[in-house]
Amino acid sequence: MHSAILPILTPLLAGFMLLLIKNYGINNQRILSVASLILLFAVSLSALLQVLQHHYIVYAIGGWEAPYGIVLVLDRLSILMVIATSLLAFGALWYAIISDTDKKGAHFHVLFQLQLFGLNGAFLTGDLFNLFVFFEILLLASYSLLLHGKGNGRTKAGLHYVIINLAGSSLFLFAVGTLYGITGTLNIADLAHKISMLPNEDISVIAAAGLLLLVVFGLKAAAFPLYLWLPNAYSKTSAPVAALFAIMTKVGIYAIIRVHGTIFGDNAGGLANYYTPWLLYGGLMTLILATFGVMSSKELKTQIAYLVLVSVSTLLISLAMHSVDAMSGTIYYMIHSTLMAGGFFLLADVIVRSRGKIGGKLIKAPFFEKGVLIGTLFFVFAIAVASLPPLSGFFGKTMILFAAINHQQQGMIFAVILLSSLLVIITLAQTGSQLFYDTENSVEPLKANVTNNDLYPIVFLLAFAPLMVIFANPLTEFTQHTAEMMFDTHAYLDAVLNRSKGAH
Amino acid sequence: MEIILALMIAVLTSAGIFLILQTRTYPVVLGLTLLSYGVNLFLFAMGRLHIDKAAILGDNENAYTDPLPQALVLTAIVIGFAMTAFVIALSLKAYSKLGNDHIDGMHTKKRRER
Repeated sequence: MHSAILPILTPLLAGFMLLLIKNYGINNQRILSVASLILLFAVSLSALLQVLQHHYIVYAIGGWEAPYGIVLVLDRLSILMVIATSLLAFGALWYAIISDTDKKGAHFHVLFQLQLFGLNGAFLTGDLFNLFVFFEILLLASYSLLLHGKGNGRTKAGLHYVIINLAGSSLFLFAVGTLYGITGTLNIADLAHKISMLPNEDISVIAAAGLLLLVVFGLKAAAFPLYLWLPNAYSKTSAPVAALFAIMTKVGIYAIIRVHGTIFGDNAGGLANYYTPWLLYGGLMTLILATFGVMSSKELKTQIAYLVLVSVSTLLISLAMHSVDAMSGTIYYMIHSTLMAGGFFLLADVIVRSRGKIGGKLIKAPFFEKGVLIGTLFFVFAIAVASLPPLSGFFGKTMILFAAINHQQQGMIFAVILLSSLLVIITLAQTGSQLFYDTENSVEPLKANVTNNDLYPIVFLLAFAPLMVIFANPLTEFTQHTAEMMFDTHAYLDAVLNRSKGAH
Repeated sequence: MEIILALMIAVLTSAGIFLILQTRTYPVVLGLTLLSYGVNLFLFAMGRLHIDKAAILGDNENAYTDPLPQALVLTAIVIGFAMTAFVIALSLKAYSKLGNDHIDGMHTKKRRER
């Protein structure tokens, strides 16, 4: 049963092999890169089938059992994130190959695979320090990917991104150190176990460490007030990288679900769910500011970067509600928003390229070739991202709002989410009409080197919006079960700490 | 010994935070380095401080120094090393590209010249 480690090994080995064949031309690298991604997808699917049977698959690296060694834990949520990552990566890589982004600098494919290595590792690990290591791996790959190729302002945005994440890593280590100092373990399941029977005098120290971890994950997820790095970094980098980065904020959300949900869950005694108010108010504040950001953006890619923030803050709010229904909605909306944001970044790049010198600025400009087709795609993406029916965003947001009805702060949650949705819809309508209707019709349409080939990866990612609606019933059943399992921390603890009871 | 170590961590961390808040890239890089030194000492101290004890398990009783924090520190040092190298290379690139070492890449010098 090595299925837990295969999604990590596949991109790692592919990355090394890509380094070895760098002299054999870009075409061979592309073939290997795509092949590794298809293999990753196949491996993840087979892992998913096993998870459906066994619920938890615990893989002790080097045969060192938990809590002494590092374990990988494969469960429904982690494998779902791995699959979403591989789908998003497929779209991004496809576009990178078609648009020749990978030729604009050395080692694009290597970095891309190592990024996937870090992401999958962060999703699958069951150890807090190992999570830190995988965070560093995915960050180091992302620093290089962010700076890949040439672009205006990329160095400056990259510098900010790197420095704030390095500071975040230091905080992570402080938190990990404190947790280890008090409990003497770093295994997430063992931490949950130890914290449930903590003496009273240690509680406040652990609470501080937990909030420090929340700051670190909030930084990754770009929650208020740590979101300022995101719009610049995402809008300045190349399109495939920005698309892949749509999953990076979700790593923060995932880490909060995994670490805080397990360690500070319902069984944590005095510390049970003490972090949720921070999440709620942080999420509400982020949502308000992100909506203002969307409205005030003068540039298309910046606007989409703020839309990523809108989806992240909605997820934070729904996490803070802390109920099975809300968690189910969170998971559904997380998959939807990841794939849609990725596709939207790719589409924005096509629009920017089509508009020539004017680029992504939201001002009056001549019409461009294939404007009708691109405009239609923009329209569908806007519907999906603004959570209008009949696409998947509507389902996700409805699930979250349904769960909010029973929450104490329902008035505030409803008001902020609905008002923000309305403002996003208005702004996207305005952007769409600026780009596709309010054009200079007296001049010839701009000739652009955009072919239908450029649009296929975008359509590929967009296709998941209707697909997630058509298969909404099995999908929501899956997310509901997943959410129930996330709240059943006993089963997780049993599976990790006492493997005879688990799947092995 | 505890007091000295705690003071060291405090000094390194506060100096690191002070330097991170500066506007030039070089002090910020130095600040990140100092902060990571502070973190490393902190991690090390989390295994508690012992003198003259066996590394893992010795013959005498149960007294031993916890080896795990040392492994953690080692990992953190290696990662911190790579990150520092990267951020130095990046700030050099920013310096050559933006013409100054301001963290926001502001062209203050050029403006004055004009």
